[in-house]
Amino acid sequence: MNISAAYNAGRLTVFLAGELDQHEARHAMRAIDELLDEYMPRDCAMDMSALSFMDSSGIAVIIRTSRRMKELGGRAWIENPSKQTQRVLDASGIDRLVPVAVR
Amino acid sequence: MNVQNYIKLEFASKSSNEAFARAAAAAFAAQLDPTLEELGDVKTAVSEAVTNCIVHAYPEALGRISMRMRILEGNVLEISVRDWGKGIEDLEQAMKPLYTSGGEERSGMGFTIMESFMDKLRVRSAPGKGTTVVMRRSIRPRVGHL
Repeated sequence: MNISAAYNAGRLTVFLAGELDQHEARHAMRAIDELLDEYMPRDCAMDMSALSFMDSSGIAVIIRTSRRMKELGGRAWIENPSKQTQRVLDASGIDRLVPVAVR
Repeated sequence: MNVQNYIKLEFASKSSNEAFARAAAAAFAAQLDPTLEELGDVKTAVSEAVTNCIVHAYPEALGRISMRMRILEGNVLEISVRDWGKGIEDLEQAMKPLYTSGGEERSGMGFTIMESFMDKLRVRSAPGKGTTVVMRRSIRPRVGHL
């Protein structure tokens, strides 16, 4: 999988692309940790429009990112989930903890 | 139940094989002409079952995972994922949403996702002997207007 980011005025957008499974989850967590350490953003959006596959390992990545943002006194949310990703989000009920925004 | 086709695969419990197992399941399921959504559901359920073997059944060393897929009468896809690893002590607890023994890297949603994406899920496990997960999903035949 591939992770890139854009930062503007306190908001970090993390773009997740490719397949996010257990094999990729550790790499994703480490990459997001490094971005949060570097920018210390107020807001963190996880853009999932280019995520072609995600399983429950992705839920762990989302929960961890949200927790780290709370520690920084900020907020995290999910943006533009692909269809398959949306079904996993729905089944897990994660949207009760982390908001989902569609733009 | 009449078996119309089957395959059996065996692979090592390496996390790099998760993507292989999903792709193999999708390729076998393709003969039932599933929708993209049905295919996504099957791939996700397989990913969860195989990840459980890799993370929980064989936490220390590499082990053997066997995946059998069958097409049953009435457009039903059946997938069994079996390991010979450490087994699950308390199955009821393991299947509860958000319960995990896997630490921060796991969400505890694996069985919940398998249950909601497949029509049927059965889990048999014996501590020290291994675990077998059997899942079934009926693929709706599509009516074409060609």
